[in-house]
Amino acid sequence: MRSLDRKLIRDLGQLKGQVLTICLVVASGVAVFIAMQTAYRSILLTKDAYYASHRFADIFAYARRVPDSIEPQIRDIPGVAQVQTRLLSRVRIPLTGSDHAATGQIVSLPDHGRPALNDVFIRVGRLPEPGRNDECLLLESFAQSHHLAPGDALSVVLNGRIRELRVVGLALSPEYVFAFGGDVMSYEPGSFAVFWMRKAAIEAGFQLQGAFNNVVLRLQGGASKDEVIDHLDTILEPFGGFGAFGRDKQPSHHFVTSELDGLRMQTIIIPFIFLSVAAFLVNVVLARLVQLQRSQIAALKALGYSDSSVGLHYLKLVTLIIGIGSVLGVALGTWLGGLLMGIYKDYFLFPSFEHRLDPEVLLIAVLISLVSAVAGAAFSLRGIIRLPPAAAMQPEAPASYKTSSLDWLTSWMGVLARMVFRELRRRPGRLLLSTMGLSMAVAILVIGRFAIDSIDYLMDVQFERAMREDVSVGFREPLPARVVDSLRAMPGVHQAEGLRTVPVKLTKGAAARELVINGMPVDGSLRVLLNQQGEKVRIPMGGLLLTDLLAEKMGVVAGDLVELQPQQGERRKRQVLVAGTVSDMLGMQGYMQLDALRELMGEDPMVSTVLLSVDPGALPELRRRLYDMPAVALVQEPAAARRLFDEQQGGAMLAMTLVLVFFACVIAVGIVYNNARVALSMRSRDLASMRVIGFTRGEISMVLLGELTIQVLLAMPIGMYLGTLAGDALLSSDPENFRMPAVVSNLTYVFAGLVTAAAGLFSALLVRRKLDRLDLIGVLKTRE
Amino acid sequence: MDKVLSARDITKVYRMGEVDVYALRGVSLALGAGELVALVGASGSGKSTLLNIMGGLDIPSAGSIRYRDHDLSSASEAELTRYRREHVGFVFQFYNLIPSLTARENVALVTEIAEDPMRPEDALELVGLGTRLDHFPAQLSGGEQQRVAIARAVAKRPDILLCDEPTGALDFHTGVKVLEVIETINRELGTTTALITHNAPIAKMANRVVTLVDGLIASDESNAELTPAKDIRW
Ligand SMILES: Nc1ncnc2c1ncn2[C@@H]1O[C@H](COP(=O)(O)OP(=O)(O)O)[C@@H](O)[C@H]1O
Ligand SMILES: [Mg+2]
Repeated sequence: MRSLDRKLIRDLGQLKGQVLTICLVVASGVAVFIAMQTAYRSILLTKDAYYASHRFADIFAYARRVPDSIEPQIRDIPGVAQVQTRLLSRVRIPLTGSDHAATGQIVSLPDHGRPALNDVFIRVGRLPEPGRNDECLLLESFAQSHHLAPGDALSVVLNGRIRELRVVGLALSPEYVFAFGGDVMSYEPGSFAVFWMRKAAIEAGFQLQGAFNNVVLRLQGGASKDEVIDHLDTILEPFGGFGAFGRDKQPSHHFVTSELDGLRMQTIIIPFIFLSVAAFLVNVVLARLVQLQRSQIAALKALGYSDSSVGLHYLKLVTLIIGIGSVLGVALGTWLGGLLMGIYKDYFLFPSFEHRLDPEVLLIAVLISLVSAVAGAAFSLRGIIRLPPAAAMQPEAPASYKTSSLDWLTSWMGVLARMVFRELRRRPGRLLLSTMGLSMAVAILVIGRFAIDSIDYLMDVQFERAMREDVSVGFREPLPARVVDSLRAMPGVHQAEGLRTVPVKLTKGAAARELVINGMPVDGSLRVLLNQQGEKVRIPMGGLLLTDLLAEKMGVVAGDLVELQPQQGERRKRQVLVAGTVSDMLGMQGYMQLDALRELMGEDPMVSTVLLSVDPGALPELRRRLYDMPAVALVQEPAAARRLFDEQQGGAMLAMTLVLVFFACVIAVGIVYNNARVALSMRSRDLASMRVIGFTRGEISMVLLGELTIQVLLAMPIGMYLGTLAGDALLSSDPENFRMPAVVSNLTYVFAGLVTAAAGLFSALLVRRKLDRLDLIGVLKTRE
Repeated sequence: MDKVLSARDITKVYRMGEVDVYALRGVSLALGAGELVALVGASGSGKSTLLNIMGGLDIPSAGSIRYRDHDLSSASEAELTRYRREHVGFVFQFYNLIPSLTARENVALVTEIAEDPMRPEDALELVGLGTRLDHFPAQLSGGEQQRVAIARAVAKRPDILLCDEPTGALDFHTGVKVLEVIETINRELGTTTALITHNAPIAKMANRVVTLVDGLIASDESNAELTPAKDIRW
């Protein structure tokens, strides 16, 4: 080994504390990057391959009853490549031994062969035989949570009648990558099933012979999605079409892609934070090292080493530190990636989940960490290269300090405080960067906890205050308002209120937008419209109340007339007055008084949803009866959903908090420890002299650690502010679906402050040990 | 005598903010092959500045400096590096050893980049440290450290050995040992040597004594009689 390389290894050994802390920061950044990128890429690839191999449809449409004879018209729509008509039906699964019934979806298979689109992947077993009306394929995740296997029998309530089904295979489909019964909040694999049965087996029970109620299409390359949707809507309208939609609104696909988008965002942000902190630490440590080794650098140059080879020597040192961190990060990232994929495996149902470590990801991770190393080293490297060998032969001049007009501020504090203060003033850049770095640690903690706070707030406002009903019953299509009375008459029901929702297209000049208008009873008490602050909002009489963001985007103000076209039923265009705007949490909505909406629609009183307040004792029976009503599409219980959510989130939140605490500590310790070590090395002579004069250990510690304490204290409010800001930005990343104010509880601030302070204290103690062992005589003897 | 290094009318000005500091104000000096020249003068008189320019660590503000037929005053940084690497051995007042490398490795640092070097062990043997090869600088006394520095300087078989107050940080006894080593190298290897000292008696071991005052050469005298290093007292 070359002597210079030997020096490198020994220098590394000397700096091991600093090397270790920097390595951890780099490793964290690299690990997060690799884990998330791997998950992101694996899911994306798996999903795309699955969609292609199982022919996932591009367009989806539901209708009441469409005769099979209409199918050729759909095939003839320009731009359509493939068509699959189907029967879909909701079922209830009365599980023995469970109070909470599971629900499911029956999807028809063509009477012979496999579906042309949204094909099933059969894990075990086989397709139902044509003509065998009791055979079904069952969604694998449901079967697993209930320990069902091919050969088992299962009762379902279909259209009010109990049917005995025999499971002949376990299956998946691209339509149900994320399989949930309409309510993401209450996702649980055991509560939602999908059954695939031959069409003939379903038809009979529904009087749907020779007809279909669902159609899915695949587009030709280059075809216009919107034109095909319009065309399809026109064809299906006479048969009770509910409005066709593209993949973007298909629930499973929507959920998977928004999860992927989130993952991609985080893949960029989190590693960026870590690697900038790493660059900063490299900068601090290398700057000090170069200062310490000034005369060595000069000697090397005097001995005939060129500027660039001496520069390269120090670059190698940094590269090695970052390299070790990267290797550690790759190992950690692979492991973390496995964990992350494990979580996704529980949620996303794919035939096979390839968790493959892409060499490209590794390469990018290592490259960006090297870039951060070079960025951090650049300043010092320039100094090394420019250091004139002759000038460095002389001992370094004492650092220059200035008195300042602000000295009166510290005059009463005594000389120790003044030393701290002057040190800070001498290196404002260091103070700024350290404070920024530490505030990142605080911010990470705030961001992490903030998600918990915000979800809590949202849950509180939505579930406790806006949705006061015990049960909400959603219908497949609007029903005459009489249904409210008949539900009110059911046993155990205290109160019943009907809501009407109408999907519409709103037009104002050139601006057009699709949204849902909620018709709410004036005197209703079970559902309340709340703004972002959780305050109750009254819906004005006779007009439309719009989400303010939507109004702004469309350039609409109160008093404007807008054009409105229902996307269901009779699609005549109408004019409506915009009576005001509201800043609600749910994105793009419109609200009207129920009567006003009915008048606008020009229809008899209709409702889409009925809200019930129910005697708890009567709930199980009521639930069963509601599930069995053919007109009912969805039965939701806000309280149960909230409970389930809290249960499921508890563990995940704890895990997330722990990971964030770890990351924040890595950053905080990295910064405080390295700053303290550098400060100690720079001032050990001063401090030893002070000890010789008679200052105590405590007093000299104060001079050294005072500066760090000030950095930590300054970083807290800044970090809290930054964290809140970032949280706000995260929340408003998708304002069209969801908006709410940044909610950060005091607990979160206290938590972030305490964790950072603890990390700082821990680092300070490490350095304090070195301070206590300061070799008074040795330090004074040496020149540097 | 064959001129190895010659300086003509060298001026060196350091700009310190508003004021110009004249370290050298027109110095001409030549080193003959195999000569041992002592540079003496008060602190601040320009000795180190002159030595650094002769060693290619620095370039003059005006005037010319030539090593054999190379013009150093107009040389690029890369050319100066090559000059230092191939022809010059430096010994500094504060040794400037690399603390993380052993005696042997400090010498190897130079032999690895030199063309026809001695073995590091031989160089250390030459300065009487053949038994301390694997000691780190911190485990050596000041005089021993300086001898390692000399071994490091001569291991490449330089044409010129430049020593800036090599005994400045040493006590008398160890100082003499170091001077003896320099003397041996000058005599036995025939290395042209320039030695800065502010101790007048040390100059008695040199062929020539050049005295600098305020950036100018005040006198340049040959010693009729050389005092061996071991007999020098100060
Ligand atoms: N890098 C420098 N910057 C400014 N002034 C310098 C520098 N190096 C030397 N000097 C000045 O030049 C003069 C000569 O210095 P030097 O050659 O080191 O003297 P000597 O070695 O004889 O003590 C002194 O006044 C010194 O202050
Ligand atoms: Mg000097």
